[in-house]
Amino acid sequence: MAEKILMKGNEAIAFSAIRNGVDGYFGYPITPQSEVMETLMKEKPWETTGMVVLQAESELSSINMVYGGASCGKKVMTSSSSPGISLMCEGISYIAGAELPCVIVDVMRGGPGLGTIQPSQSDYFQTVKGGGHGDYHSIVIAPASAQDMYDFVDWGFDLAFKYRTPVIVLADGIIGQLMEKVELHPMKPRRTAEEILRDAPWATTGKPAGRERNVITSLSLDADTQEAFNQKLLAKYEAIKANEVKFSEYLTSDAEYLFVAFGCSSRICEAAVDILREEGIKAGLIRPITLFPFPEKELNRLAGQVKSMMSIELSLGQMVEDVRLAADGQCPVGFYGRQGGNIFTPEEIVEEFKKFNKLS
Amino acid sequence: MKEEIIIAGFGGQGVLSMGKILAYSAIMQDLEVTWMPSYGPEMRGGTANVCVIVSDRKISSPIITKYDTAVILNQQSMDKFEEKVKPGGLLLYDPSGITRKPERTDITICSIDAIEVAAELGNAKVYNMAVLGGYLKIKPYLKMENVVKGLEKSIPARYSDLVQKNREAIEKGMEKVKILFESK
Repeated sequence: MAEKILMKGNEAIAFSAIRNGVDGYFGYPITPQSEVMETLMKEKPWETTGMVVLQAESELSSINMVYGGASCGKKVMTSSSSPGISLMCEGISYIAGAELPCVIVDVMRGGPGLGTIQPSQSDYFQTVKGGGHGDYHSIVIAPASAQDMYDFVDWGFDLAFKYRTPVIVLADGIIGQLMEKVELHPMKPRRTAEEILRDAPWATTGKPAGRERNVITSLSLDADTQEAFNQKLLAKYEAIKANEVKFSEYLTSDAEYLFVAFGCSSRICEAAVDILREEGIKAGLIRPITLFPFPEKELNRLAGQVKSMMSIELSLGQMVEDVRLAADGQCPVGFYGRQGGNIFTPEEIVEEFKKFNKLS
Repeated sequence: MKEEIIIAGFGGQGVLSMGKILAYSAIMQDLEVTWMPSYGPEMRGGTANVCVIVSDRKISSPIITKYDTAVILNQQSMDKFEEKVKPGGLLLYDPSGITRKPERTDITICSIDAIEVAAELGNAKVYNMAVLGGYLKIKPYLKMENVVKGLEKSIPARYSDLVQKNREAIEKGMEKVKILFESK
């Protein structure tokens, strides 16, 4: 039996990085995710796996160190929270433009500006719709438990290397701070130089005779070349949409009402569904696990089945726009949210649900 | 079985680590747990609290508003959490530093003089384990062997001599806890 350890979501990120053969972590402290680097520094993986852990002087530095490491085909990552991610957005755009793989963990807190240090989900737009400039997407995956935090680092790197694109693990202050049981999987070693040549033939690992040089850049001064590149990105994003959508369902098969929620909110909604079911109201829940790509087909199908949908978010309403697009007018789509670091309770969601559906 | 607990007091009383040891002990008994601290600017020199949920089933929401048990270690927490105990639930408090006693008559009220236990054992740091002992006496759903395993997991190996000290404090807390009022 695998070892089960009680740990915070943030600690799970750190242990997962060490145990899944990550080559480098570059970060800068910010609440509520500082335990990621604290744990890495405490574990000293440079003495065991050889993984580099480096506190940069700023988020700008850490994301550009990720850019550099990724150019060499290494498994590199960073983590931050909302204001720090804003600083990284230029770098993320460059990494997307240079088609490089990396994992970026965002443990969201209240905003805009420096905001609060408590949990929030108000960076859905920033991460799912871009963040940096230019026509690009990051793959965005949303953990809802400490175990997810552990598992999504490895999954994130798989996706990042498969599509040569940045992957954002979009967590929030609750998932970062919450301690739960985490099952550790067997250690994966870091990749050898030969394995990097095999898995990342595009990487700048030194040019052997007889092959064209590998170029890592996001600059293209010729309009036609750039347009062709944009079309190539489009094809990549279409492939991601076709192959990588992931979501979980809770009591949807006979549902007459549907909640849509990701991350910590999905767990609070699950409890709300239980309360409503006890009252005889057939509620269900869809939790998008990938936010880009969004489970639009599944939501579109369910929109034809239910009387209404409600998007429940710790924001003023961001994912709700994608829920509305997916529902495509087949049913009313409502929203309930809290902001600033305040968190809704299951009872509060039930009350708002009844108000929206005129059931009380 | 599902037990939702809030443990609340001052920063420094060992509120968070008491919750952690409780949660780890429950894991050793193959139960599901969540441990959610209040975190934020209010923690600096002020109150600290942690919400622990222990269940034999998967836990959905880690955020709750009513508790089966409130463990209360200062007056501010009494004012905040007394009303949030579910009817028929348990309120366990340390009377030192409490100026207003609990007033509910629909819950079980217990007290634990944990400072006395810590003084008897000559170690102020085991204060929170005396409180944990008091709690586990009233709600005996964890086997002592699993609590010891929970302690071993929570205490760094270089301080392993403290496991025994903490165990003593838990056992003394179990002796010291008083039932002041029992709800029907």
